[in-house]
Amino acid sequence: MSGHAAHDSNAPHVVPISTYMLVFLALMVGTALTTWVAYIDLGRWNTVAALTIAVVKMSLVVLFFMHVKYATGLTRIVILAGFFWLGIMITLSCSDELTRHWEIVPQGWQMILPLVSRLF
Amino acid sequence: MAAHSAHPPGFAHQFETVAQQREAGTLGMWVFLVTEILFFGGMFTSYIIYRSLHLHSFIQGSHELIVKFGATNTAVLIFSSLTMALAIRTAQVGKSKGQIIFWLILTMILGAAFIAIKLRYEWYRDYVEGLIPGVSWLDGGTHTPGVKMFMCFYFFMTGLHALHMVVGLGILTVLVIMTARNKFSSQYYAPLEISGLYWHFVDIVWIFLFPLLYLIGGRYPGS
Repeated sequence: MSGHAAHDSNAPHVVPISTYMLVFLALMVGTALTTWVAYIDLGRWNTVAALTIAVVKMSLVVLFFMHVKYATGLTRIVILAGFFWLGIMITLSCSDELTRHWEIVPQGWQMILPLVSRLF
Repeated sequence: MAAHSAHPPGFAHQFETVAQQREAGTLGMWVFLVTEILFFGGMFTSYIIYRSLHLHSFIQGSHELIVKFGATNTAVLIFSSLTMALAIRTAQVGKSKGQIIFWLILTMILGAAFIAIKLRYEWYRDYVEGLIPGVSWLDGGTHTPGVKMFMCFYFFMTGLHALHMVVGLGILTVLVIMTARNKFSSQYYAPLEISGLYWHFVDIVWIFLFPLLYLIGGRYPGS
């Protein structure tokens, strides 16, 4: 069946069940890992670890379950634009809110550190 | 194009090929999902800012949530995403409608289980323990004022997520009826594919809500 579909340019990509199972397992392992790591004191790296695992899990769902790995370039660029705009919203909002407490003119990059540290 | 597929079922005349129609459907759904990304993104942005302003309170509030229910629900939702993907695949390879309906119903059961766990073991408990601002707030003076802010974020974010789950269950009900009425085949299953995108999106929102609300406050002693 898959051999026949390969010759038909109109046929969608059928993802093998084994791929779905591997993605499912990876997502479950990721859930266990993120829960486990929350109980270990890593300081601010707890937040980094949790968000990194969440982004990896999201990527797996988007690429395989949502078939974006097999999607056209047009669809992909629309999705990337969505995340880019999300980035703009978060970055510009934070650049306003998190700099309101600046009382002196910042001198040098060390001024950034207390701001970044407040995020975690 | 083979002779018998000159007019494939579900093929609309404004499209040149079936593949073009499929891309248009997928693209349209993603445009909607991008608005959803920014809709939830507004709440995530507010969460980031208020968390940075009231970090101690947010950590204290986070410790009021029970990790085992959040983790269980994460697993339930991931499992439901798998069954949804398998429902679509079952249609793609032209299996019987009974098999498609089996995977759709299993997805619905898992989605309902998520909401049931949320209601019974989390929100109801929050009500009894007085953790719902404005509805049931029994603060023995142990909470800093920012904890109320955290719980507001918690209920708005999980509430809107659960609302999306309820909408998803409605969509799945329609899909089951459409499948039973022989609307889908290996040639045409766009409603399944597009509804699947929605279901997976709701899963992704939870993938971020779980660590943000339950975990990053730190669960280790002294946090």
